[in-house]
Amino acid sequence: MSDNLRTSASKFIDQTTRVSFKFDGKTYFGFKGDTLASALLANNVHLVGRSFKYHRPRGIMTSGSEEPNAIVQINKNSSVTEPNVRATEVEIYDGLEASSQNCWPSVNFDIGGINNFLSPLLPAGFYYKTFMWPASFWEKYEYFIRKSAGLGQSPAEPDPDIYDHNYVHCDVLVIGGGISGIMAAKISAENNFKTLLLEERPNLGGTTIYQKNDYFKINDQYSSNWLEKEIEQIKNLKNLEIKTRTSVAAYHGYNYLLARENLTDHLPLEKKKNLIRQRLLKIRAKKVITATGSIERPLIFDNNDRPGIMLSSAIKKYADFYGVACGKENVLFTNNDTAYETAISLNNKGIKINAIVDIREQNKSDLTNEINKAGIKIYNSYTVIDTKGYKKINKITIMKLSKDGKTVTDSKIDINCDCLGVSGGWTPAVHLFTQSGGKLKFDDNDNIFIPSKYPSDQLSIGSCNGNLELDDIISNINVSLKNFLKINKTNFENLKINSSKSNSKRNIWLLPSDKTVSKTKAFVDFQNDATAKDIKLALREGFRSIEHVKRYTTTGMGTDQGKLGNMNALGIISDTSNVKMSDLGTTTFRPPYTPLTFGTIVGRNVGEFFDAFRKTPMHNWHVQHKAKFENVGQWKRAWYYPKGNENMHDAVQRESKAAREGAGILDASTLGKIDIQGSDASEFLNRVYTNAWSKLAVGKCRYGLMLNEDGMVYDDGVTTRLSENHYIMTTTTGGAANVLGKLEDYLQTEWPELDVYLTSVTDHYATASVCGPNSKKIISKIIPNLDLSDENFPHMSFKNAKIGNIKCRVMRISFTGEQSYEINIQANYGKSLWEKCMDAGNEFNITPYGTETMHLLRAEKGFIIVGQDTDATLTPIDLQMDWIVSKKKYDFIGKRSLYRSDTIRDDRKQLVGILTDDPNEVLEEGAQIVADTSKKPVEMLGHITSSYFSPNLNKSIALGVVKGGKNMMGQKLFIPMKDKIINVKIADPVFLDKENKRLNA
Amino acid sequence: MFIINCPYCGEREQSEFKAGGEAHIVRPKQPTELSDDEWAEYLFMRKNIKGIQLERWVHIHGCRKWFNMVRDTSNDQIHAVYKMGEKPPIK
Repeated sequence: MSDNLRTSASKFIDQTTRVSFKFDGKTYFGFKGDTLASALLANNVHLVGRSFKYHRPRGIMTSGSEEPNAIVQINKNSSVTEPNVRATEVEIYDGLEASSQNCWPSVNFDIGGINNFLSPLLPAGFYYKTFMWPASFWEKYEYFIRKSAGLGQSPAEPDPDIYDHNYVHCDVLVIGGGISGIMAAKISAENNFKTLLLEERPNLGGTTIYQKNDYFKINDQYSSNWLEKEIEQIKNLKNLEIKTRTSVAAYHGYNYLLARENLTDHLPLEKKKNLIRQRLLKIRAKKVITATGSIERPLIFDNNDRPGIMLSSAIKKYADFYGVACGKENVLFTNNDTAYETAISLNNKGIKINAIVDIREQNKSDLTNEINKAGIKIYNSYTVIDTKGYKKINKITIMKLSKDGKTVTDSKIDINCDCLGVSGGWTPAVHLFTQSGGKLKFDDNDNIFIPSKYPSDQLSIGSCNGNLELDDIISNINVSLKNFLKINKTNFENLKINSSKSNSKRNIWLLPSDKTVSKTKAFVDFQNDATAKDIKLALREGFRSIEHVKRYTTTGMGTDQGKLGNMNALGIISDTSNVKMSDLGTTTFRPPYTPLTFGTIVGRNVGEFFDAFRKTPMHNWHVQHKAKFENVGQWKRAWYYPKGNENMHDAVQRESKAAREGAGILDASTLGKIDIQGSDASEFLNRVYTNAWSKLAVGKCRYGLMLNEDGMVYDDGVTTRLSENHYIMTTTTGGAANVLGKLEDYLQTEWPELDVYLTSVTDHYATASVCGPNSKKIISKIIPNLDLSDENFPHMSFKNAKIGNIKCRVMRISFTGEQSYEINIQANYGKSLWEKCMDAGNEFNITPYGTETMHLLRAEKGFIIVGQDTDATLTPIDLQMDWIVSKKKYDFIGKRSLYRSDTIRDDRKQLVGILTDDPNEVLEEGAQIVADTSKKPVEMLGHITSSYFSPNLNKSIALGVVKGGKNMMGQKLFIPMKDKIINVKIADPVFLDKENKRLNA
Repeated sequence: MFIINCPYCGEREQSEFKAGGEAHIVRPKQPTELSDDEWAEYLFMRKNIKGIQLERWVHIHGCRKWFNMVRDTSNDQIHAVYKMGEKPPIK
């Protein structure tokens, strides 16, 4: 049997170039220019997938991005595999491998097909109703549901393809390259607007480009011939850029749009290599013209989903554009004239049409006359009540419709067919318009929602604006574009247009049958297997809002987002619940219009470009010395420096001991540094820190705590008075940008009268912090002429100095509790400074330490880390840092909040030290702290914020927050863990050198 | 994504800006003299209007200047921008 259904030549298909591809493992041939769908249909393959819920055999239904059934997996089991791709959009190439989804073991014999017979047990909301009880079983249910749910398989390996992002700016963006879009683009570009025309298909011209019908003519030529010449002309327009294979995914406010430009998907595998696969265009357009066309509606009747049942317009496109007959025995079923256009095309090509079933009582138009003349039987006022054929349709049964269209009468008539074209009219593609915030109105005459209120400078034209006839489309473009572009005339005002008109309409959302609805499977959403019965059930069960019915029945929730079935669903809801369509409204259309791959969304922002990171000037030294790094904000900070086979614990224990016994060195360059100048600098610091700053002498340093207005600790750091009106503030590494932003906010908005200037100098200085008993000796070797005596250069003071002839600032400040010097030098000398310190410290066994050791050393001293020991719920009083809150100052940020009724409660969580009974037991950070484990539920008193094994104290130490902890010194508490309960007691948070003797040791 | 007309720099993409909440909430000059309720009014209470709202924005990845904006929160139309300290151009 010859299965070649390529019945005619087509100039859109290169029939001299054969393309070989595989579908479900079998090799087929098509031609260059074919889609996977057209090539399969040419090979008489209709069955391409199984439906989601019932696993019913499904075939190709459409010819575009609205396809609900023919979704396939491309290049399965490879790193470039892609699931849920519409066969109607895939352009075939040599080596393409596609396979069906949602079936096992094969699309021809699918075990899941048993669901079809179990369907009475699978009503709308089945999952919600069934898997609710008992709640504890959910994990078991979930395993099986996940196994059977989902369509394609996501790739298991990283995507090797390259994706790009481009920013695009234009005066006028035209979306859609059909006849309307082409006319609009031409008018726009010829009037000196920089214009961009986007078309999702590989070719321009929409449905008109293959329209060779005597009843649709422009200037006495076929509309296709006329349009071809227009396309040739616009290709040469200076102001016009045209991108095909480019689909607009999202239309946001202020005419900001995202489009996916497909560059290589249609190329053979070996030609794709090293090329950019897809581009995400980020478009900002001054004006947008939406010419996205319309989508034909299916009709809703029993068993309307069999392979071979297709949209009538798709059958026409396969015949006219691809030269493919979708069937040998065709029947068309319609409520409008579209099917007659299809019939004329098929008839002209000698493709057999057995009958046309038309629900209208009568119809007199040029198109129907032509069909009558051709001798094709038309059944007026009839409806299809059932179809037969499991893997492909082979028969339909029709009955006469009653006058009111609610029932069927007379006897059944069977008609043989292997392809049924259906047309329920057209739905304007208003998705992008509504995404942009546009409001729709319902047109009762055509039963469509059309644009009514534009939220931005935009215009809808053509059939997406509800202009469904050729003459209406063109006359509307002429009028509306003049107004929209503020021009006096267009080039298209004197066209002679012949357009067949049909005014006879009959719309029945759910066609009647001889069976009750509950006994039928009339599919509304083909991909999600939502039927008219399901929608009616949802309404009976009390769902009223269209959004609720949608979610309960899953209508419109598939990868096609209800492009095909949504209007019918609305119509059935409207009829059943007696609510007018205009009152019912539509569900929300959300981006993307067609699915985007993650690759396109992320573009080049993968791997090390996923997030920018910052490195200190000493970074390469740390790398060379095998440091492990941790992320702090965007910084890469040296975490610890393992020697030999050391793990983190070993390295930290060694580094911590060395820093207290000999000398340690830390790269502190990442701390935020803000240069503060101006005559009101002291007053400014008084207002932003909790303590007093006016009396800080020049050359001295002071630790400060910064609060939010709600009294909670926000940041901390040491600020140094460099001269009378000049300070340098340090902030936490992660908080630097926010602190600067907050200070600028207060200066600009609350205290504009203050003479203060802030400059971020974080990146301008590199900082090496040398600590330990030998630190003074090391510094004196590097800066020999600096008097380091405790009298001249005491703790918490600063000196300008020079290393060679390079200026630096030396602060004697300590975050470890050891005698410690911080040298700040121009950033590009950072590495050299570090190496000098290492050289000078060599004889004292200077040990570089990372952030983990720094955390341990400061915890021994009970110093907090903002963001680790605090979480924006702790005041300085909660932290037992009352000493830093000035009682004398009239005001500072957050002061008033420190005595709100909530902040003065005794039972607030307060920071305390925590010691384990077993000194070797190290607590987990985040572990809960409780007093009584017997009473359920157990009351959580707080949690551990910092925990370490201290090598200097030879025991485990921890900080934590505990309700009322301040007054619980020495009290026994418990840390319940998964396998044991750890006994602890509350202690002083300063574990080491409470008298601060080591600072001057 | 909005296009925002920074009063200092001109039209820029929204991604260069940061929103800062309701505008014209003045920090009390003498917080210590306020009752808990009065302080809470300043600290926590915001209108969150559906419709025309006066709000603070900062050109954080640009000139870093704060300014005010008249925005309709129901449709994101920006009716005006004006500098700190200036009166709103509408009632």
